Amino acid sequence: MSGEAFDPTAPLVPSGNLRRRQLFSRLAELGATAAAVLAVAVLAIVVFTVIARGASALDLDFLVKSAPEGIGPELVGTAIIVAIATMIAMPVGVLVALFLTEFAGRRTTHLIRLTLDLMNGLPSIIIGLFVFGLLVNHRQQSGIAASVALAIIMVPLIARGTQEVLLLVPSSLREAADALGVSRSRAVLGIVLPSALGGIVTSTVLSVARAAGETAPLIFATSVFDPSRYSLNPFEALPNVPVRVFQLSEEANPEGFAEAWGLSFLLVSFILFASLCARGLLARSKRRMSS
Amino acid sequence: MSSIASPTFRDGPSPARARSAQRRKRADRIGDRVLYGVCLLAALFCVVTIVLIGYQVVDGARPAISRYGLGFLTDTAWQPNFGEFGAGSLIFGTAVSSFAALLLGAPIAISIGLYLSLLAPSGIRGIVAPLVEMLAAIPSVILGFWGILVLAPFVQANLEPWLHDNLGFIPIFGTPETTGSSIFTASLILTIMVVPIIASISRDLFLTVPADLQDGASALGATRWEVVRGVVLPSTASGVVAASLLGLGRALGEAIAVAQVVGAGSEIQASLFKTGDTLAARIANQFPGALTEMHKASLFYLGAILLVIGLASNLVAQWIGRRFGYPGTPAR
Repeated sequence: MSGEAFDPTAPLVPSGNLRRRQLFSRLAELGATAAAVLAVAVLAIVVFTVIARGASALDLDFLVKSAPEGIGPELVGTAIIVAIATMIAMPVGVLVALFLTEFAGRRTTHLIRLTLDLMNGLPSIIIGLFVFGLLVNHRQQSGIAASVALAIIMVPLIARGTQEVLLLVPSSLREAADALGVSRSRAVLGIVLPSALGGIVTSTVLSVARAAGETAPLIFATSVFDPSRYSLNPFEALPNVPVRVFQLSEEANPEGFAEAWGLSFLLVSFILFASLCARGLLARSKRRMSS
Repeated sequence: MSSIASPTFRDGPSPARARSAQRRKRADRIGDRVLYGVCLLAALFCVVTIVLIGYQVVDGARPAISRYGLGFLTDTAWQPNFGEFGAGSLIFGTAVSSFAALLLGAPIAISIGLYLSLLAPSGIRGIVAPLVEMLAAIPSVILGFWGILVLAPFVQANLEPWLHDNLGFIPIFGTPETTGSSIFTASLILTIMVVPIIASISRDLFLTVPADLQDGASALGATRWEVVRGVVLPSTASGVVAASLLGLGRALGEAIAVAQVVGAGSEIQASLFKTGDTLAARIANQFPGALTEMHKASLFYLGAILLVIGLASNLVAQWIGRRFGYPGTPAR
């Protein structure tokens, strides 16, 4: 290039080195796009397989009858386990978030947040071992033990989500309450919490979606059950969806596979529906609060 | 509200009103204390839970720890019927499958993060970003089930022979097995689980890079890739490393999906296409059927090893995140 004389009338197009750099840049863009497409494609393949093989198994008999024709006991059992877990985890999670935003000093905040992060990063099988040692060993398996395990998984999610929303509550609200001489507890319970309600609900729904599919802890807590019988007593082992899918997938039995696909379909559609709703709600309540 | 307009405003509070105000003040003070106490209790509850988890796992492992000591970590024998237990091959399987997942997943995830933060038009971004996060929401047991019936046959019939034919001179691409259950399949499943975690964290990181810097680089004539290479990646490198470590932690601890596709082998083999097993998967597979106390204790010992590795990778990720100025790594 340098040898040629400068020609001011030449069109402005990249040449030589610049063309190579632009080509490389274009290739990098293509690669990044391909990566995103790949991720979406994998999701599509998984969801499509589950729908294609699971939806055909569904009918009323399958939903309400017990094994071998249906999966009623598992659905009821999972509902009970997750409901009890939510009843434990939601108050604890919200209170921890309140503690972090309203009461804790800097040091304490660090400690508690670290604890929450560690809890969140804990492999769920470890939580299973813990619950086995605490509640199942020398006793018997129970739905309650499963609920406690799921609650441990849910607390950090609820606490983190609630804290994020609590931090968005405008400080002018708190200051107004202070100026009126409203006590701390009244301000928190009457003003701060209600305005963060949307966020609390959505993070709870998200954590329920996460907990409903959690399998590893349930293997320790409630895996020896009778799928042909409805059970409502949380103090004994309850049939449940994830462990049943796991057990069926370990047996090489095509009929069992059909049942497992049906269970997977229900579980996946519940989880995707719940997290979609939660995301929509969260976006809306955040928008409303920050505007 | 009506009290403002009442005559007491001018005349000073009546005795009855003052008493009620005092009562109310006391109630408020008690209310404040109670609320504080309850919140503190909940926070303490979390700390106690973490400590108890550590205690329970180590306590359950005590018989195995006192019998095998640290030799457990390198011993590769695992024969419950003869009362011989060692974690060597499982630690190997855990390390290989997790690192393979990270090696495959991190570049893909970082590319997705770049795409979502810098390239994608906002309409597409709003669709693709939630979809990528949906991938993380699919329960591991279902991903594993899909892995057994869909992914493993495909891998066994197509991917593994192809890799063996073309790259077979590298020992890790040995001859494929007949079932498709292998460390390789497990790594692919783990990759699917790791990608959304790293992608969403790194996207958030890339969004924090000041637009001024990027525009400055563009104005100097940098192409889009050069902006990424020269500005975006260097200023977020530590955060990306932290995100990858969080992903690694997730891969190390995944039990169910791996147990379903890894094939529960007990030997250390160079080829990725052989069966193997990981710490977490071995616990999930054998705990329900463990009869002897020593078998259970050994599985608890595996859990203790996992706990230490998991906590370490998490703490290092936190430390990097904090040390290099990112405000905490986002959950999940």
